[in-house]
Amino acid sequence: MRAFDRSLPVWVGAALALAFLMALPLGWLVWVSVSSEGGGATLEHYRAVLGDPALSKALWNTLVLAFWVGLVSIAIGAPLAWLTARTDLPAKGVLRALVMASFVTPPFLGAFAWVMLAGPNAGLLNTQWRAWTGAERGLVNIFTMPGLVFVVAIYTFPYVYIMIANTLALIASDLEEAAAIHGAGRLTVALTVTLPMVLPAVVSGFILAVLQALALFGSPAILALPAGFHTITTQIWSFFHYPPKIEQAAAFSLPLLLATALLLLVQKRLLGRRGYAAVGGKGGQRRTIPLGLWRWPALAACLLVMACAIFLPYGILAKAAFSRAWAQPLTWSNTTLANFTFTFFEYGATRAAIVNTLELGLLTASVGAVLVALLAYVSNRRLILGHQVVSFLALAPIVIPGVVLAVALFIAYTRPPFVLYGTLAILFVAYLTKEMPTGYAQSDATFRGIPPDLEDAGRILGAGRLRILRDVTAPLARSGIIAAWCFIFIGVIRELSASIILFTPDTRVMSVVIFDLKEEGQFGAIAVLGLVMLALTFATVAVMQGLLGRDVLGARE
Amino acid sequence: MSQPAAITRRTFVAGAALVTAVGRAGRAHAQDSRVEAAKKEGKVVWYTSLVLPSAEKVAKLFEAAYPGVKVEVHRTGSERILQRVMQELQANIKNVDVIHTSDAGHFVLLKDKKLLAKYTPAGVESFPSGFKDRDGFYYGLRATVNCIAYNTKAIPAAEAPKTWKDLLDPRWKGKMVTAHPGYSGVIATHVLALVHLHGWDYFKALAQNQLMLVQSANDPSGTVASGERPVAVNGGEYSFYQLKKKGNPVEMVYPKEGVPLVVSPTAITSFAPHPTAARLFTDFTFGRELQQFLADSEGLYTGHPEVKYPADKPKLSDLKLLNTDPDELLKRNEEIKKRFVEFFGA
Repeated sequence: MRAFDRSLPVWVGAALALAFLMALPLGWLVWVSVSSEGGGATLEHYRAVLGDPALSKALWNTLVLAFWVGLVSIAIGAPLAWLTARTDLPAKGVLRALVMASFVTPPFLGAFAWVMLAGPNAGLLNTQWRAWTGAERGLVNIFTMPGLVFVVAIYTFPYVYIMIANTLALIASDLEEAAAIHGAGRLTVALTVTLPMVLPAVVSGFILAVLQALALFGSPAILALPAGFHTITTQIWSFFHYPPKIEQAAAFSLPLLLATALLLLVQKRLLGRRGYAAVGGKGGQRRTIPLGLWRWPALAACLLVMACAIFLPYGILAKAAFSRAWAQPLTWSNTTLANFTFTFFEYGATRAAIVNTLELGLLTASVGAVLVALLAYVSNRRLILGHQVVSFLALAPIVIPGVVLAVALFIAYTRPPFVLYGTLAILFVAYLTKEMPTGYAQSDATFRGIPPDLEDAGRILGAGRLRILRDVTAPLARSGIIAAWCFIFIGVIRELSASIILFTPDTRVMSVVIFDLKEEGQFGAIAVLGLVMLALTFATVAVMQGLLGRDVLGARE
Repeated sequence: MSQPAAITRRTFVAGAALVTAVGRAGRAHAQDSRVEAAKKEGKVVWYTSLVLPSAEKVAKLFEAAYPGVKVEVHRTGSERILQRVMQELQANIKNVDVIHTSDAGHFVLLKDKKLLAKYTPAGVESFPSGFKDRDGFYYGLRATVNCIAYNTKAIPAAEAPKTWKDLLDPRWKGKMVTAHPGYSGVIATHVLALVHLHGWDYFKALAQNQLMLVQSANDPSGTVASGERPVAVNGGEYSFYQLKKKGNPVEMVYPKEGVPLVVSPTAITSFAPHPTAARLFTDFTFGRELQQFLADSEGLYTGHPEVKYPADKPKLSDLKLLNTDPDELLKRNEEIKKRFVEFFGA
């Protein structure tokens, strides 16, 4: 009876939150996609979007992009994970920090920086190349599908890296050594012993990378549109242009939603099949593999990747922020603070956008962190009936790409009874829904790491559950909860794909302002705001590092 | 906008000589009984497609002339502004006071939907007829033409394209940039004018040259100046002029077949939450001082008969102008966007 009493308010609360965050918007999304003007149901919107060759092209482009991003992410992430987890590569700590930096860099900023680096004519790499070689043509053209794949992949490979590095950390070296003793060379060991054990992590990382690429809006908008091709996300966004075709946007959103749901199902199957007795044991030694002289080429390759993801983009952003003309050399006469004065003192939208962003970041992170902590606690300690369902629901929004979520929220909350469009509330709802899975995963890990023994000891000594929560569990879980807060905060301040559909002039956030400026070609101001966004992100990361005593990727030494 | 921000903004422009000049004019208006009412309203919300730095300057000049009345600038492309206004009305949000875009068709639509207030700004009687709505709902605040432009470092003047048809030459393949009629009213107008001149086949052929697509009509100038694409096939002439004046290697070409004239109207909404401030602001923007400012510092044309233009700019009367009909712009709005996307891909 007591268990029932406790669970009732939790369930009612969870059901309400779920209805508001997901069921209502998605319900509207599905309904609008089949609604006809007369009021009945129709499939005409599906026929319209699936029969249009331009839209099929966008669909195909998205598949190509996502698939290749998955592959390239593995090609970068897997060797990097192995090198930093298992070998005596120099500067492993630095590399891990750089992977983390790539992980938190807003992808649209990276894409924007790469326009300045590898635009076919004015891009810095191409002008340098022509200057050095005297060649007529540039070296690379970023406004192409391969260019887009590259730019997306350099900010997506950390997903693969995390999966593999964390798995490698759990695999003891025994089997590898056994193989070596039996005469297998290093490569044979890697291919026949290590690889099969990390394969589920590789596939799982591939799927995560594909999901990221499917849902991305900013990078395709910056790199694909100038080249004259669409992806699903940019196409959905352009359905909102005047005259709006919201029904078609809804109909075009559902295939994307189905694709992400399907992929996650596959991933769950793969990880759920726990047939790998060798993985997961904490016992056994993990010996470092000496690379010999290969250490240096390997380090150079790693640094090359980091140059593409971090050094070059950050450098060109800084240069653009301080230049009158970003494409000209940074001579004394080309150096200026005008971009800063314009951005902060003349451009009226800046301050409001920064304030909105911070407000939403703080609010979403605080509400979100408390919410995911409660949910994770309830689910981990099995406090209520059906606690598995709680965890499923908290993770469920991960299947909803930001653009699709925004279309659904737009449809649901521009009409009575809840008119949230035009307020920060609609962005808050979008962000909370979108960041819930990340935050939940972090909190879940936190509570898993706190054994119930201490709580039980408290119970035996006569303390009530609330007192134990306050005096025993909360102090232990504190740093983990703050980490969840930081994850959500970082996610919110860089959010573009949902914001771009849900903003109004009074509720613009930094990412939207940057995108607006991009459409107008105001490079200097974008660079300044980009630097502000990066500074905010890294300040948050620093706080998190300090609290956790490890890097945010979870990869331990 | 918070108070500290306002002070900084005002302090920032205090040094500009122009402000003092306009400020004097502002004080002359001080007896205007509307000023007190406008101050009570506190601000005017301006959705504008005027290029961002210029729009912010106009706002500052107004704020200097009428202290206590703020201008909230929301700058984006013309077509995005229409999208925004319509989306907001759908959710019953009444936010915008003054709408200013470069797609005259928008104003026909807004007028038909009874979303505009009838208001004749002071002094526009003397403007040419092309700047005036015959029903008195909207008036042309500024004008520009679309032209070709090229990077003088990359292309010698003798080899530069001279006509719209020259751009079809395959030697420009991969070297040109166009702005987008789905974003910019200047470009939507441009496309319609050239469709009249050369037909849709012209754009179909042009697309074979693999153009880079940017959005705003102000962006081709930056793209040409940086050298990312040496030739722009359209774009607001004033944005090229500004960059040229700042010393960028940009030169304009005014094709002899004619240049599309774009008159950008402004109007007050029928649901304006700050109607008095909106009228005050509209009058201010049509005043001689501000119109002269648009011509001097921004390189725009205006309808004001007393405005003097910089000597290094061609007079509108010397150019062969291609005019477009606002009604037709509205009627063919969707066709223009759709066919452009069909040819250029996005």
